[in-house]
Amino acid sequence: MLQGKATWTFKNPPVIVSTGTVGGPFEEQGNIADDFDLFFSDQWMEEKSFEQAHSHLIEEASTIALKKANVSKDKVNFFLHGDLINQITPTNFAARELKIPYLGLFSACATSMEGLAISSLFVSEGNADYALTGAASHNSAAERQFRYPTEYGSQKPDTSQWTVTGAGMALVAKDGEGPRVTSATIGKVIDEGMTDPFNMGGAMAPAAFDTITQHFNDRNVDETYYDLIITGDLAKYGRLICLDLFSKNQRPIDESKFKDCGLMVYKDDQSVFAGASGPACSAIVTYGHLLKKLMKNEYQRILVVATGALLSPLTVQQKQSIPCIAHAVSIENLS
Amino acid sequence: MAKEKTNYQKYEQKLEPKRPVLKNCIKAFIIGGLICVFGQLISTIYMYFFDFTEQTVGNPTVATLIFITMLLTGFGVYDKIAQFAGAGTAVPVTGFGNAVISAAIEHRTEGFVQGVGGNMFKLAGSVILFGVFSAFIIALIKTIFSYWS
Repeated sequence: MLQGKATWTFKNPPVIVSTGTVGGPFEEQGNIADDFDLFFSDQWMEEKSFEQAHSHLIEEASTIALKKANVSKDKVNFFLHGDLINQITPTNFAARELKIPYLGLFSACATSMEGLAISSLFVSEGNADYALTGAASHNSAAERQFRYPTEYGSQKPDTSQWTVTGAGMALVAKDGEGPRVTSATIGKVIDEGMTDPFNMGGAMAPAAFDTITQHFNDRNVDETYYDLIITGDLAKYGRLICLDLFSKNQRPIDESKFKDCGLMVYKDDQSVFAGASGPACSAIVTYGHLLKKLMKNEYQRILVVATGALLSPLTVQQKQSIPCIAHAVSIENLS
Repeated sequence: MAKEKTNYQKYEQKLEPKRPVLKNCIKAFIIGGLICVFGQLISTIYMYFFDFTEQTVGNPTVATLIFITMLLTGFGVYDKIAQFAGAGTAVPVTGFGNAVISAAIEHRTEGFVQGVGGNMFKLAGSVILFGVFSAFIIALIKTIFSYWS
């Protein structure tokens, strides 16, 4: 049901019955390694190219999610997924193997919550029994497309981020055991004229601010309603800017409950500059780490705000600014 | 796009970390200098042990530096040194070598002709173009001046 301007509240809140999270070797050394289902020992994942390895991640995460819920592929009505690579081919190729009716998504690093929002809408309105949704990224595949060859020696500034290699998948169902998706706010594209592709956190912060504000207004709640408000990949500096935007607009958010997925994936001694990024970043943190915390009752209500920078290497070279988007989804323990 | 900075850009700039330009310059000076000292060492060895003169030693020295760069790039070390050294590893011939070799490695999945061949000079191509072009202009200026004097 539409509530306010851009928020859906679900009358029959769908359940996230199972998840699948996979990562690469660098993620295995990271901060939330215990929350992954599977790690690959190298970036190639026994495939011939990074792009094929990328597809492999998605297939593996899907298989794990379905296996955990004991649901066969043909019971799943829709597969909603996306990634960063041109024409989202890694997702398309994974969908070819899955053979589940498929909708390809692109909101850059905000794809995870775009997928969860739409899937939840489908399931809640009775348009699907099961929907499989998620987002994935591959560090080397993204590096070569957006920046330089992986072995090229360029000096990155402190504001740059590290693309996560991994895939996070969630199986959304009508009923079952697990945390429920209660509402979703669809963000609008915000462009404040930022042009530096090595400072995406700074570019995306206003989009996160806009969507969270919209969500509060539409649902008529404030920050106290949630135990945790977590952004996708604003990283170190973007998170601070976003917090500052809230204080400046007389709506301060308690710093301790405003976190960022990009700051949770890796350890401090892993040199990832400002933090993690990529569609997989919010997907693996939400579906791996945060859902476990919800199930352990460490959190009761969380708001996940995935953030995406909608740029391409071409638009950067043509000196265009970076349009950004954020989608918010609330996940709650309902008894 | 408007060239003028938006209010948000000005505000954001105050909150983002400043790039450590002076520190980067010093690091680049030291590492770049060390690469040059190393190059000089190779030249001296070649002149001392082999039959090279000061005029002919340039090419084998450059080839040796590029060979070492190739190994460091292939084993995934060069980009880590470059993160520290910045312009120090980019400006010497090693930087040029790394640009060519990293692109060649990157695109081998698209085949040898269209992948490696077509993309090898993706980054270094502009260096060659403007290098040759500037050399041409300088040569032209030199010719004109030597004609008049």
